[in-house]
Amino acid sequence: MPEFLQFAFSGLTVGAIYALVALGFTLIYNASGVIYFAQGEFVMLGGMVTVFAHAAGMPLPLAALTALVTAVVIGLTLYKFAIEPARGASAVSLIIITIGASILLRGVTSIVFDKNFHSLPPYAGGEPWIVGGAALLPQSIIVLAGAAAIVAALWYFLTRTLTGKAVLATAANRLAARLVGINTNAVVGLSFAVSAAIGAIGGILMTPITFTSYDSGTLLALKGFAAAMLGGMGNPIGAVVGGLAVGLLEAFSAGYISSSYKDAVAFLVILGVLFVMPNGLFGRSGVERV
Amino acid sequence: MTTYLRRSLPRLMAAAAFIVAAGAAHAEIKIGAVLSVTGPASFLGDPEKKTLEMYVADINAKGGVNGEKINLIVYDDAGNPNQARTFGTRLIEQDKVDALLAGSTTATTMAIIPLAEEAKIPFINFAGAVQAVFPVKPYVFKTPHTDLMACEKIFEDLKKRGLTKIGIISGKDAFGASMLQQCMTVTAKYGIEVLHQETYGPSDTDMTPQLTNIKGKAGIQAVVNPGFGQGPAIVTRNYKQLDIKVPLYESHGVGSKQYIELAGAAAEGVRLPASALLVADKLPDNDPQKKVVVEYKATYEKNTGQPVSTFGGHAYDGLMILVDAIKRAKSTDKAKVRDAIEATKNFMGTGGVVNMSPTDHLGLDLSAFRMLEIKNGDWTLAN
Amino acid sequence: MRRFFDSPYAVVLVLAVVVAILPLALPSLFYLRVAALICIFALAVVGLNLLIGFAGQVSLGHAGFFGIGAYAVAIGPTHLGVPPWLALIAGAAAAGIVAFLVGRPILRLRGHYLAVATLGMGLLFAMVFANESAWTGGPDGMPVPRLEVFGWRISGPWSWYWIAGVTLVIGAWIAANVIASPTGRALRAIHDSETAAQVLGIDVARYKLIAFVLSAVYAAVAGAYLAMFDGLVTPEAAGFLRSIEFVTMAVLGGLGSTLGGIVGAALLVLLPQLLTVFHDYEHIALGLVMILVMIFVPAGIVPSLATLLGWKRS
Repeated sequence: MPEFLQFAFSGLTVGAIYALVALGFTLIYNASGVIYFAQGEFVMLGGMVTVFAHAAGMPLPLAALTALVTAVVIGLTLYKFAIEPARGASAVSLIIITIGASILLRGVTSIVFDKNFHSLPPYAGGEPWIVGGAALLPQSIIVLAGAAAIVAALWYFLTRTLTGKAVLATAANRLAARLVGINTNAVVGLSFAVSAAIGAIGGILMTPITFTSYDSGTLLALKGFAAAMLGGMGNPIGAVVGGLAVGLLEAFSAGYISSSYKDAVAFLVILGVLFVMPNGLFGRSGVERV
Repeated sequence: MTTYLRRSLPRLMAAAAFIVAAGAAHAEIKIGAVLSVTGPASFLGDPEKKTLEMYVADINAKGGVNGEKINLIVYDDAGNPNQARTFGTRLIEQDKVDALLAGSTTATTMAIIPLAEEAKIPFINFAGAVQAVFPVKPYVFKTPHTDLMACEKIFEDLKKRGLTKIGIISGKDAFGASMLQQCMTVTAKYGIEVLHQETYGPSDTDMTPQLTNIKGKAGIQAVVNPGFGQGPAIVTRNYKQLDIKVPLYESHGVGSKQYIELAGAAAEGVRLPASALLVADKLPDNDPQKKVVVEYKATYEKNTGQPVSTFGGHAYDGLMILVDAIKRAKSTDKAKVRDAIEATKNFMGTGGVVNMSPTDHLGLDLSAFRMLEIKNGDWTLAN
Repeated sequence: MRRFFDSPYAVVLVLAVVVAILPLALPSLFYLRVAALICIFALAVVGLNLLIGFAGQVSLGHAGFFGIGAYAVAIGPTHLGVPPWLALIAGAAAAGIVAFLVGRPILRLRGHYLAVATLGMGLLFAMVFANESAWTGGPDGMPVPRLEVFGWRISGPWSWYWIAGVTLVIGAWIAANVIASPTGRALRAIHDSETAAQVLGIDVARYKLIAFVLSAVYAAVAGAYLAMFDGLVTPEAAGFLRSIEFVTMAVLGGLGSTLGGIVGAALLVLLPQLLTVFHDYEHIALGLVMILVMIFVPAGIVPSLATLLGWKRS
């Protein structure tokens, strides 16, 4: 039983991070139909900027805020100069643009900062709590709580505010949204900003556990994309469930099956789910117009 | 379209040729380097590149070698063997270098070896694995200790402490996998019994499931972690988090102070084999290696503002062995330089004393490794 | 001129001429190696183009097939005593069979779901190659024996340029045949609208599978060539980044254009050689090139250029 709990803690912590990346994917996909492979780089930016701002003498909260603002500004800049000018390009072309953007961001980060790994001090003590015989780091709770808070805030924003409803309307039908007077360009821009912010917060929260470096975003983008697809692209709840599921799958297969093939198990399950449910766990099945 | 393609392709090629030719000059010693400056092995290639550039500038400022300046050409293979081979070809065929200092990883090194052998050009590499120099290839030399030596050093220490039943958790990257394989070949020699094995991916961020299994395995007296990058630091932290009491051994893949910074208090008491470079200032004054490691450490840290790593040290050793050989050969004739490198004796490098021979193109023995223990957030010499 | 370039066979002819005369313009073995690499990668991209450009199905896992070809010529001769040329054929066949088996279920998925499924498939192959070190040498990879034909050992950029160049021409010719055949028309119909194609009575699943299997075989042959040319294979051959590289080559050059795939491959092989003058800024430059090409010529270099020069009706 303590083993089971330990695996679960590990899976939930890692899964919460995947979930945040998947949320970013889903938000941008909803608003613009773009699969945004640069999403992982915002997690990296959140971590790296915080580390270097902190090292330069800023208090941690201010450093984190700096990182958040930097990420949002970069997210909007990329949208304005790389995504928007290519509107109307095919889905694959847009994917190549976002991959180009992530190579670019990695290159800039490696020069502005460095190529080393960095960490941050844990926000609430480094001593683990023992729960049911398993060790849980307070920082893991912070990551989980942070993820939950973001999901709650997002839910409130999307369903209880006018701007949020405009985002949902744009996602549902862009043309119809524009016809009823919604500034869809602003809404899409907003989605890119929010996704960048979510990524950065993820990076800020996880760096004390996972470390960060200029190229740590690539794998996160891969796992986040897989998680978003597992949950059903475009569905925020699906993103969260997908992220946690991938994290838990990895932890339990590392613990119970084989650590060499833990990623394989995760992807096999994703493949299996997609064969049975071709639109992911929570995805809508689309109707193709001819 | 025909004309377009026929015209533009040679033009692109010509542009490349011009760029290459622009680097060429008159009488000088041309040294070519292909390093993994970016990509997953960048923490090897990056300090190697910085070291080479730093010391070549220094040598040139002091008048060069045999009165000739060194022209260093560095290409980045991003850790990709195919790219390494292409740049290796470029250095040999296009830049016409006199010698190669290349190969940050075993795979990139293995990709370049056939080129060097075919062109009969001296090639000193920075690969970890034994197969880079065994069996001996006439023109190929290497400076880093082998993974096998690191294993033997660890097993020697385990045996001395009477800890013979161990668990191994290794990285799935090239370094971890190669070292694990080497370790398994010498377990019997040291009477070591491996009770449990786990692995983790190079970019994994949590190893508690694997360590939980190791913790749950009865009878394990110590745990060994072959790996490099951020993995060992996460393993060390998770180790502490799970409160595993038996001693933890890291490998020589943990080659800089960064590991202690990342692992924090959890690194306390961890042991690892490493070159003298990490404990430069703690060596006794009569240690023959002290002078060279203290100097290299000071130069590197002053120039880069980053903590010194053993990986940069390998590049230092390679460059100095090559320069020394060119001096003794009194020319850049490839065969003569090769002979001179093979005749290297009592060369004091950051990795240890190097004594090359026709049957040993590495020239280091087990004494080149020091067993270190981390105490109060710093390296100390164990025992 | 216009009519000439609307024919897919014209490209093959042009290509054959270029491959034949290019060595005259190449000053050294280094350039020859680069040209050979372009041919090898172009071969994989020409195949992938059938799947993405014509059938409209995105695969982010084709490096998996590339890896099967590469490891076939490494494992076959080393562990099983199979001669390299036979291992090459076996590798291509194995990739085709694997594609046939996984193709049925995977190709039922659409759009980005297909992308993630192929991505997972590619990763699974890469993991097997990295983990089964007794057979594959693990992450450090394993040496690949030289190709021997009638006792003649093939090595060096000269031989490989001709082998890869001729194979590329043949590959482009086969692709042109497929495109001009009823299969090609069916694939284009699927690209435009799967549902519409189905209503018209096209066996959508079957044609998608044909494109998938063909593209897998192309990738496997290219993988085997690269492994034998380099004399070494590592799991990166099957890695995610390599898959992305193939798609990038196809898209940058121009989807739906065989010549585009070749130009895309040439661009991505040449760029690292050209950008190396930027040293630390190399990756920034690469990222910018990718973004700018897609913004200014979203249809890819070759189709946009053809439209611009009036060679092709847009």
